[in-house]
Amino acid sequence: MLLVWAFLVYGAIATLAQAAVIFMVLMERKALAWLTQRKGPNRVGPAGLLQTLADGVKLLFKEDIMTPGQNKVLFTLAPALFLFPVFPLFALIPFTDYLWGVSLPTGALLLFAISSITTVAVVLAGWASDNKYSLLGGVRSAAQAISYEIPLIMAALAVCLFAGTMNLRGIVEAQQGPLGAIGWFGLYLTPVSFLIFLIASLAEVNRIPFDLPEAESELVSGYNTEYSGMKFAMYFLAEYAALFVMSALAVVFFAGGYLSPLAGVQWGDMTFGPTLAQSVGLAQWVAEATRMPSLGGLLIQLEMAFWFILKTYGFIFFAMWIRGTLPRLKPDQLMGFSWKFLIPLALINVFVVALQRFWAPPASSLAAWGAQAAANWPMALAWLLTLIVGIGGFYVASARAFSRRLNARIARS
Amino acid sequence: MTTALPQGILETFQPSQDGATEDMVVNIGPQHPSTHGVLRLVTTLDGEVVKAMEPVIGYLHRSKEKMAETRSYFQYQPTIDRVEYLSSFYDHYVYVTALERLAGLSVPRRVQYLRMITMELNRITSHLLWFGTFLLDLGASSPFFYAFRDREKIFSLLESITGARMMYNYYRFGGLNQDAPPGWLDEVRRVINELPHRFDEYEAIVNKNPIILDRCVGVGIVDKPTLLAYGVTGPSLRASGVAQDLRKTNPYCCYDEVDFDVPTQTVGDVYARYVVRMGEMRESLRIVHQALDQIPGGDTAQINALRAEYQAIADTVDAAKKRVALAKKAEQTPSPDDVAQAAIPAPELDFDSRFQGAKINLLTWKPPAGEAFAQVESPRGMLGCYLISDGSPKAYRVKWRGASFSNLSILPSMMVGNLYPDLMAIFGSLDVILPEVDR
Repeated sequence: MLLVWAFLVYGAIATLAQAAVIFMVLMERKALAWLTQRKGPNRVGPAGLLQTLADGVKLLFKEDIMTPGQNKVLFTLAPALFLFPVFPLFALIPFTDYLWGVSLPTGALLLFAISSITTVAVVLAGWASDNKYSLLGGVRSAAQAISYEIPLIMAALAVCLFAGTMNLRGIVEAQQGPLGAIGWFGLYLTPVSFLIFLIASLAEVNRIPFDLPEAESELVSGYNTEYSGMKFAMYFLAEYAALFVMSALAVVFFAGGYLSPLAGVQWGDMTFGPTLAQSVGLAQWVAEATRMPSLGGLLIQLEMAFWFILKTYGFIFFAMWIRGTLPRLKPDQLMGFSWKFLIPLALINVFVVALQRFWAPPASSLAAWGAQAAANWPMALAWLLTLIVGIGGFYVASARAFSRRLNARIARS
Repeated sequence: MTTALPQGILETFQPSQDGATEDMVVNIGPQHPSTHGVLRLVTTLDGEVVKAMEPVIGYLHRSKEKMAETRSYFQYQPTIDRVEYLSSFYDHYVYVTALERLAGLSVPRRVQYLRMITMELNRITSHLLWFGTFLLDLGASSPFFYAFRDREKIFSLLESITGARMMYNYYRFGGLNQDAPPGWLDEVRRVINELPHRFDEYEAIVNKNPIILDRCVGVGIVDKPTLLAYGVTGPSLRASGVAQDLRKTNPYCCYDEVDFDVPTQTVGDVYARYVVRMGEMRESLRIVHQALDQIPGGDTAQINALRAEYQAIADTVDAAKKRVALAKKAEQTPSPDDVAQAAIPAPELDFDSRFQGAKINLLTWKPPAGEAFAQVESPRGMLGCYLISDGSPKAYRVKWRGASFSNLSILPSMMVGNLYPDLMAIFGSLDVILPEVDR
């Protein structure tokens, strides 16, 4: 019975995730078309809305090709292993303060643990495909996943230290303080973690400029070169679902999760609550007017879900924007960037955040936070240094790399 | 045609020996997204480091040179715009010029100016496509679409003068197929006035992008002696500091009457080749601007009057033909008057007597016996055509010298020791067009 129940829940989550993916594929095509001044899909359905469904039907009817040299069991297993771990991740995400699958004290840790399974699938696919491009793509994927999971988790660790919990809902609740919108971790308190997380999460979901495992102009299509039909569609689905999860995670960690952007802001005598409907008393009014307290609660839930989805798609659009703007790195540059720059920066960041937590408990207001920072001036100095290293470091590093290249050019010519 | 594995590539292959790492022979191409056409690069990789590489060509061989020997000069001409399908004006130019030299035909100045304008516009479209595909090889997709957008504008211009969007069959022995349509030159000026702004946009995307700089600066450096030894020409040569440009050193058309610079760089890396090509597009715009100012004749009013005159004649003939057809339909004997009128041949539409090409009966024309060579600075370098005539309506032998062949030959010597992703950047920066390699 429990198994049946688990299966049903998994199916429900998978269906939700696929609905999100169907929209994201269309969104990506529209966004890229907009960025490159084209029209994008506009033929299938109103304004091209059914394009992804049409693509899906097309993929269903495509021939499933296997070449003789492939290891048939592993070749078939790889896309499944790639796809299945993505859906449990959706269960961990708190879409509102009421709507979530499971709420674990170690939610963040479990999320990273599950999401790293996909790397095994990519290596497996690369090896089982009997194709040298696929093999290179699989090996690249392993190297990349190892290099970028460290700064990713370090960045998340800084946030968890700040919030004092690893529970994703607890992290969101911790951002709803008297500091208000600027209390969002990403924008004010841990900007360095935010930058590291953004960069590393792009690498984690194999998005440009870190799409080395499938670099189509180098490795044809990398680990999924040999896949066709629905097997290919499973990779496609999983990549977008993973992008959604990573964006949702960025929202939870750095952008206040389901909280209204005004939550905690003081305006005159009023302090804005977690939702606008609560703050202006709309939910209360609806509940009283209709004599249905649940209707007011539903309104609040809907608003929270709205904010969460809106912010998540903001991050997704950011990834698409990057894809339309940047070219691809080389594997050695990718490794160098992570090991020589991101990981040391992440370590320093965690150290500084830990110091701050040690010296100064969370402040109850902006003024108190300022006073605390002034009193603990060594800590403030450390923060300033981290900021300088974080924001300036990238420019300095790229400028140094450039001047090194330039000197090599001049020396050789 | 089967293509054997080239000699020497297998000798570099080291099989695994007791735990040692094993090299991997990867066939890049013939259907690889970055080999732009059907090129096969047999590459030995140690991890991602290229240990040896050998280009294998011949998959595309379309026997263009043999075709010249089985067709009359004019019948051969439409087939050659597939040799270098991104800049077919240049193929036609060398072929037509070689024949003009053979037959001693003089070319009117207006024709030369129109050839110069169309060739420079074609150079811009070719470089734009290179720009897009080169960045696509690096993984950036947007510039590809931007380049295509602007390329389309120039294509529309060239379509309105030649009737084709890519395969231009426009030049004739001693002239052109037709004069520029009325208002065309003004339209050219309007379009090319927009382009510098676009080029600024491209450079804003590329020039300060740290990833592009990391992937291009200092990658694929090649020095002058190597380039000259391999016979590399064009932007790839100029990026290493050799200011060799046939438009300056051996002026043809009216290039000695316009003022332009030859962009050069000294370093000879991928980035230098990019900078040279971007500079060339701007120089092409300068040339077209001056050519538009200096082009002789071309009084559109006069041409319009001539057009109207010949249209009137054509209409009369059509009317006569219709009358004859009606008479036949009614099963009546046509009047001798109708027959006589219907027998008037269609007027030869050489409304501009300056175009000597129109006076040659193209299908039966026989140039004198002899041989001739013509060369042109194509977007990829020196494009040559060597032609031997035995006095018959068909060529005895035609030999093409494509720039891409030399530009591709140098690739293996540049690749050894570099990373596999560098291969795409370096190969992309050489701007190789496979039909020109495999003719």
